[in-house]
Amino acid sequence: MKQVKVLGPGCRRCRTTAEMVQTEADRLGIDITIEKVTDYADIAGWGIAATPGIVVDGKVVHAGGLPKAEDIGKWLG
Amino acid sequence: MTTCCPAPIVAPPAVRHPAPWLIGTAGCLVAWCLVYAVLEPAATGLVALMPIEPGSRLAGAVAFFVYDTPKVLMLLTLVVFAMGVVRSFFSAERTRALLAGRREGLGNVAAAALGIVTPFCSCSAVPLFIGFVSAGVPLGVTFSFLIAAPMVNEIALGLLFALVGWKVALTYLVFGLAVAIVSGWVIGRLHLEGWLQDWVRTVRAGAIDLPDETITLVDRIRAGIDAVKDIVGKVWMWVIAGIALGALIHGYVPVDLVAAVMGRDAWWSVPAAVVIGIPMYSNAAGILPVVEALLDKGAALGTVLAFMMSVIALSAPEMIILRKVLTTRLIVVFVAVVGLGILAVGWMFNLLFA
Repeated sequence: MKQVKVLGPGCRRCRTTAEMVQTEADRLGIDITIEKVTDYADIAGWGIAATPGIVVDGKVVHAGGLPKAEDIGKWLG
Repeated sequence: MTTCCPAPIVAPPAVRHPAPWLIGTAGCLVAWCLVYAVLEPAATGLVALMPIEPGSRLAGAVAFFVYDTPKVLMLLTLVVFAMGVVRSFFSAERTRALLAGRREGLGNVAAAALGIVTPFCSCSAVPLFIGFVSAGVPLGVTFSFLIAAPMVNEIALGLLFALVGWKVALTYLVFGLAVAIVSGWVIGRLHLEGWLQDWVRTVRAGAIDLPDETITLVDRIRAGIDAVKDIVGKVWMWVIAGIALGALIHGYVPVDLVAAVMGRDAWWSVPAAVVIGIPMYSNAAGILPVVEALLDKGAALGTVLAFMMSVIALSAPEMIILRKVLTTRLIVVFVAVVGLGILAVGWMFNLLFA
C-alpha cells in the first residue's frame, strides 16, 4: 500500500492531479491511498514552492503543474 | 495573477516521434503569418460592406474593433505559446534554489528577472511566498519576484511590442523591472519580517530533492499548447471587453479631452492614473487595447504606462490572496512602495520624453 499525498490549496489543477494519480495506479494495479493536503502551512512544510505537489511514501516527487502519466507510473513503481 | 486553476488538461497519448510535432508547429506558424498578413485588408473590406457612413465616429469605432479583435487574439496566442515553451525550462523550485541565501541588491535583480520566466499562477502565490521565505530567500528578494511576475509578463510585453512598438515595450520591460527591483529592495531594507502572519514565520521547510522528470522537445511544444488553451481560453473575454472599450475611446472620445486629462501638461494625471489603477483588475491583454487607443489620442506615455502598471501589478484580488501570509500593515507598505515606484516611473517618463 503506497501512501500518496497531493499538495495543493484545492484548485482544479490539484484535483486533476489526484485523479491522474488514481487512474494511473488503477491501470498499473498498484494499491494506493490518496490524501489531499490543502492547508497552506502543511503544504509549505513539504518544501515545495509551486502546487500541485505529489508526495509518495513521504518523499516529494513532483512540484508545479500537472504531472505526466508516465512519470506517475515511475514514482509509484 | 490570472493563470489560476486552469481547466483540466487531458494529456494526449504520448507521441515519441518529435517530427510530426515539429512539422505541425512549423505549419501552424506559417498559417498564422498568412492569416495575419491579410487581417487588415479583410477587416477594412468587412467594415466597407457594413451600412455605416465612412469617416463617421461609428465607422472609426467599428473598424478598430473588427481589426483589433482578431489581431490581439492572434498575437496573444503566439506570445503565450512561445512563453509556454520557454517556461518549460524553468520551475519555481529551481528559481528558489537560485535565490536562496542571495544577498539583497543582486538578489533583487535576479528575482525580478526570474519573475518574468518562472511559471507562476495565483493558485501558487501563497505556497510560493512561504516556500521562498522559509527556504532562506530574503523577504525583499521574494517581493521583487512577486512584483515582477505579474507586472512584467509576456502578455504585456508581447502585446505592447505588437500594438505600440518595440521602444515602448522595451521601456516597459526596463522600468517594470526597475520598479520590482527597487520596491523589493526598499521593503527588504525596512526589515518587516515581523509583519508576516505568525504562522508563516514558524514554517520550516526542508530542502527537497526532486527526481528528474523526463522533458522532451515534444513535451515543451505540448507545454506551449497547454498554455494557449489555458490562458487564451480564460482571458479572451477580457480582451474583447478591452477592445470594445478601446473602440469607444477611438471613435468617441475627443483628442482634446484625452490631451487635457492624460496629456503631459497635467502633472496630476499620473497620481490619478495610479490611484484609479490600483483597485482595478484586468489582465494585461484586456488593458492593452485601451492603452493603444489612449496613446493614439495623444495621452502621455508615462501616464498610460503608470496606469497599465498599477492595473496589472496591484489589484484587490491579489491583496486578498496575500492577506493569508501578510499582515494588513505589510500589505499597506507593499502597495505604497510599489505605487510610489510606478508614480516615479510615470513622472520620469513624461519629463524625459517631452
